[in-house]
Amino acid sequence: MIEIGLGHYLSLGAIIFFLGVIGIFLNRKNVIVILMSIELILLSVNINLISFSIFSGDIVGQIFTMLILTVAAAEAAIGLAIIVIYYRNRGSIRVEDIHGMKG
Amino acid sequence: MLAHSVFFYFFSVIAIFSSLMVITSRSTVNSVFFLILDFISVGCLFIMVGAEFLGMIILIVYVGAVAVLFLFVVMMLNVAEQKQSWFIGKKSTHIPIGLIVSVLILLELLVVVGGWKYKDDLMSSSTLNISNISNTHQLGLVMYTDYILYFQLAGIILLLSMIGAILLTFRQRKGVKKQSYFNQISRNPSSSIELRNVESNKGVKIDD
Repeated sequence: MIEIGLGHYLSLGAIIFFLGVIGIFLNRKNVIVILMSIELILLSVNINLISFSIFSGDIVGQIFTMLILTVAAAEAAIGLAIIVIYYRNRGSIRVEDIHGMKG
Repeated sequence: MLAHSVFFYFFSVIAIFSSLMVITSRSTVNSVFFLILDFISVGCLFIMVGAEFLGMIILIVYVGAVAVLFLFVVMMLNVAEQKQSWFIGKKSTHIPIGLIVSVLILLELLVVVGGWKYKDDLMSSSTLNISNISNTHQLGLVMYTDYILYFQLAGIILLLSMIGAILLTFRQRKGVKKQSYFNQISRNPSSSIELRNVESNKGVKIDD
């Protein structure tokens, strides 16, 4: 309990991943919170990669963490741009109101 | 090692609490603030475990750019009147299915983590190696040599996302007069200067 090992960090990553998934499923407010849940999931992946990289003494995990960071930033920018133009066209970004693909 | 565990539990409790608040908070602005708190505490965890460069990158890029981008979009869009609790209002069939799936994922992950047999030579945190060169130096030694293609690919991804975001949100407004350099340069004197005889007591009508 006192000695912090790899399992502690992996459990933290698992819990944050779970919270991100539950945020995607249970959200009924707006799409921005779904994007934030995706950010949480990517953050938990980063926690996993960095803890494995540190505890096994290999630096490559941190490089892939940087790549994930890049992809997360790009995804946030594109997703927020899509949300902005959707709001401009429809006037609402509630999850319930987005059913344009359902016919 | 007491300090390490104390700080680990401190930051991880803050991280879990704030990510819980991100998905349950009623107003979106509060969600963004808790997201910032989450990023900060996870960045502190990274710095504590020895990945200083990535911890600082998390603080700078995530807190300084991504979270502020979220904040700008939340303030641009009118989402203030859309606050509504999950379980109030129209019944949705997503909620029980979502809860079941998420709890299953958590249990599976915890079972995997708990039952995992680690390698014998996997270091515990008390024997983390402190080498002579810093973390940033190590990262640079590997990133710019072995992984240079991935690094450049990341740059291309960022460029593409920038172009995509600009193209998506770009719109031509009507009724706005703009300077057209091509039209300005391609004028010649014969088409732009006109000599007229102006009679007295009569003005000249200039078409615009």
